[in-house]
Amino acid sequence: MTAVVFNRRNLLAAGGSVLATGLLTSGVSGLLLPARASGLAPTESMSGGANNYRKGAPVVERIGKGGFWMSGTVRRAGDGAPLAGQRIQIWAHTVEGQEHEPQSHGATLTDKDGKFRLEMPQIIPIFGQPHGHLAYDSGEFKTVFLRPVMRSAKETSLEAHFVLQPA
Amino acid sequence: MKGWRLARVILIWAALALAIGAPIAIAAGSELLAWRGPVYILAGFAGIVALGLVLVQPLLIGGYLPGLSAYRGRRAHHWIGGALALAIVIHVAGLLITSPPDMIDALTYSSPTPFSPFGVTAMWAIFAVALLALLRRRLGLRPRTWRYVHMPLAIVIVAGSVVHCLLIEGTMETISKAALCALVLAATVKVMIDLQVWRKRRTLRGESIARQ
Repeated sequence: MTAVVFNRRNLLAAGGSVLATGLLTSGVSGLLLPARASGLAPTESMSGGANNYRKGAPVVERIGKGGFWMSGTVRRAGDGAPLAGQRIQIWAHTVEGQEHEPQSHGATLTDKDGKFRLEMPQIIPIFGQPHGHLAYDSGEFKTVFLRPVMRSAKETSLEAHFVLQPA
Repeated sequence: MKGWRLARVILIWAALALAIGAPIAIAAGSELLAWRGPVYILAGFAGIVALGLVLVQPLLIGGYLPGLSAYRGRRAHHWIGGALALAIVIHVAGLLITSPPDMIDALTYSSPTPFSPFGVTAMWAIFAVALLALLRRRLGLRPRTWRYVHMPLAIVIVAGSVVHCLLIEGTMETISKAALCALVLAATVKVMIDLQVWRKRRTLRGESIARQ
């Protein structure tokens, strides 16, 4: 007959082995995670991306008088499936207003191929770089703020691409 | 002989006025200004003026500007140093008003713009020199100690300002901006060589040998 005796020593040992198992499994799953996401990693927010963001920019046909095109795609992390009907908010310092001003903000929705395209006024350099701001902030997926920079201030279009992960 | 000397004096001062005035004048014609508010414009020009003052500083201390005695040159160096600190305060405050989040990113070294950390580092070096210059007598800093503190900070100010300025895409026109930056670098290198700032003991423009 075997008597199971709990004393402090084997309790500690048991606890230690449980802890070790826990660490091991989490370690292993941590190692496995990139493999699962090997399809497509989610886009990280860019530093400064959220600067001068105004919540709830309205979906518009065009921001201001237009003349400049902001375009891009929205896909799902992992399998890269295009995400339709996603609301992308766009703002920038343009010839029609500064970044923080309401008329510089607008939003558009992605089509069935996960593509979006919004006409807006010409972006001009501010704070030393000609750049735009885009946000996905609708809740279903994790919020992402992007801040793409134009190669030249003379360009009349700019692209930004989102890969979203569930919130 | 006297006529030639006068011509030289006029030429040097005219060249300095051109080196600083031309970039400012060309920037004043930038089309970007049309889409900027007055505070942003003021902040930008305070930055350009600051770069011009960074050029004047080594010229004054090196005695390259004719018509100024060593004493007057030094006094002017002190006052221009104060003006430089003030220009930087206007530059930063104006940008902070224009776009608070962008300026806060810059000041906390978390800005996406590559030029920001150079500018902010130069700013702290300028403030440090200005503060130490004000307290120099009270702290009892000897000329040699002062030089050992001021020279590295001066290098940080010059290098930081030049990189900061060159990487910015703004109202300054490229060639006049590059020329001003090149002059700032050249003047700094020249004064450091001429005054042999790294030698342990020497006589500096009438100043007695550093006390032991």
